Amino acid sequence: MSRILVIAEHDGRQLNAATAKCLRCAQAIGGEITLAVLGNGLSAIAEDGARLNGVTQVLTFDSPANAHPLAAVFAPQLAAVAAEFSHVLAPSTTFGKDLLPRLAALLDVPAISDIMAVESASRFQRPIYAGNAILTVEAGELRPICATVRIASFDAVEKAGTVAAIQPAAVAMPAVGHTRFVAVSSPASDRPDLQTARRVVSGGRALGSAEKFQLIYQLADALGAAVGASRAAVDAGYAPNDLQVGQTGKIIAPELYVALGISGAIQHLTGIKDARTIVAINKDPDAPIFEIADFGLVADLFEAVPTLIAALADRARART
Amino acid sequence: MKRILVAVKRVVDYNIRIRVKPDNTGVITEGVKQSINPFDEIALEEALRLREKGLAEEVVVVSIGPADVQSQLRTALAMGADRAVLVNASSAIEPLDAAKIFLKLAEREQPFLFMLGKQAIDDDNNQTGQMLAGLWNRPQATFASKVEIIGDMARVTREVDAGLESLEVDLPAVVTVDLRLNEPRYVKLPDIIKAKKKPLETLELAALGITLRPRLQALHYAPPSVRTRGVMVKDAGELVAALAARGLV
Repeated sequence: MSRILVIAEHDGRQLNAATAKCLRCAQAIGGEITLAVLGNGLSAIAEDGARLNGVTQVLTFDSPANAHPLAAVFAPQLAAVAAEFSHVLAPSTTFGKDLLPRLAALLDVPAISDIMAVESASRFQRPIYAGNAILTVEAGELRPICATVRIASFDAVEKAGTVAAIQPAAVAMPAVGHTRFVAVSSPASDRPDLQTARRVVSGGRALGSAEKFQLIYQLADALGAAVGASRAAVDAGYAPNDLQVGQTGKIIAPELYVALGISGAIQHLTGIKDARTIVAINKDPDAPIFEIADFGLVADLFEAVPTLIAALADRARART
Repeated sequence: MKRILVAVKRVVDYNIRIRVKPDNTGVITEGVKQSINPFDEIALEEALRLREKGLAEEVVVVSIGPADVQSQLRTALAMGADRAVLVNASSAIEPLDAAKIFLKLAEREQPFLFMLGKQAIDDDNNQTGQMLAGLWNRPQATFASKVEIIGDMARVTREVDAGLESLEVDLPAVVTVDLRLNEPRYVKLPDIIKAKKKPLETLELAALGITLRPRLQALHYAPPSVRTRGVMVKDAGELVAALAARGLV
């Protein structure tokens, strides 16, 4: 039977959604699941983890040295316990991508990035070429199998009716002085983060100017969505780089993606094709974006979007 | 000598839409344009800027692969790298083996900074830099969007899901770079001619004491499932109704 170690991700106060999705992947592999929580003063987080479905044990690494998620500090501690496990999983977020390969190297085992489907306990599907091909990879006999889990591919596990045992890990703290956390600055707005948002509204070159791009923010506000942009809109200076969605920007998989004035170049479509529902509004009925959109509307943005915002407001009022 | 090593990988050009071979044994790379991995190009650009600011004396580009990779290394030399090292290998290299090879090169060249793209756009692994840092027992600063050298340490701004994180790392360190760090320069014709005279050394794996050990087996390549065209709505009201039917608004 597999013994799976899932590395929890949290912000110092609570587990993030990626952890519960990673647990779903662990359940698909099947076996006994241990949740590793590293942090400083983490008892509340560990208790939350103990209540997630599928977790049989929570292993805590509580230390002031673990206050920030530094891969150079976390990896040796996890390496010290990894031999007991057949699998070590982390979410394929910047946290997991930073940490897991370093851990695998310390264990002299390969790492598998972005598991999107589990075929067996050692056989997985993962996207390559920005999702333009799907590779089935066999991990063979080496243990533990170290992998990151593509969180867009798995639903979060539910809360369990039971509480798993919480136990501190018996490992010595590594003395790592060479890497120091300085600060983390979150975007000032309350807007959801583009990478993990459940809804995203993106604008393209058809917006015409940075001022008119504000229309995208207005619809995003009405939907509680994050804002994205096509490469063309970024190159034209309508939106900052960090909003770029596509092969060379962010690859996202929201529940709802609304593309406004985006023609649908290959490199953009690559970044959104895992979105659950895609809506496109474009003046050009032949725009390639309509080939992949679930709902398409051929219309002038500057007429259709304000009408859409008003219709959403009406609906919100009707429901309250 | 204050030296920066930059790893560059030869990959299918990012403008090419790749296709899976009909027998599912790989993707078609024959006759397809190959280029430096765009993230590695950004790493090289940053190294060159650090040298131009007087913070480094030499920029060495390193790669692993067959003789064809010389073409990408010449491009890197034309961009401004001082010399190139190619580790000769014919088969596909897994990140762990690449990291072991780069560790040997780090020990040989003693750089204060080892820079790589955060990932290669072919296998999308995003592993090699982190593995190198782990094996080297040195700091790692991944997904860098800003790199400052301050004496014997670097201050690196990282693009993380929560926003921007800044780290201080003692040198030598491994830095992997993200898209926003810079915009790589264009290569000019005179530089291409000049690059032909720059040193390009080829090393054999045996000389580095490395035996490749593939650990993962690529069983099957498939095209992704395709989305199908949905329905056209006639106005915003109909769109809201359609979204409501899916529980999205």
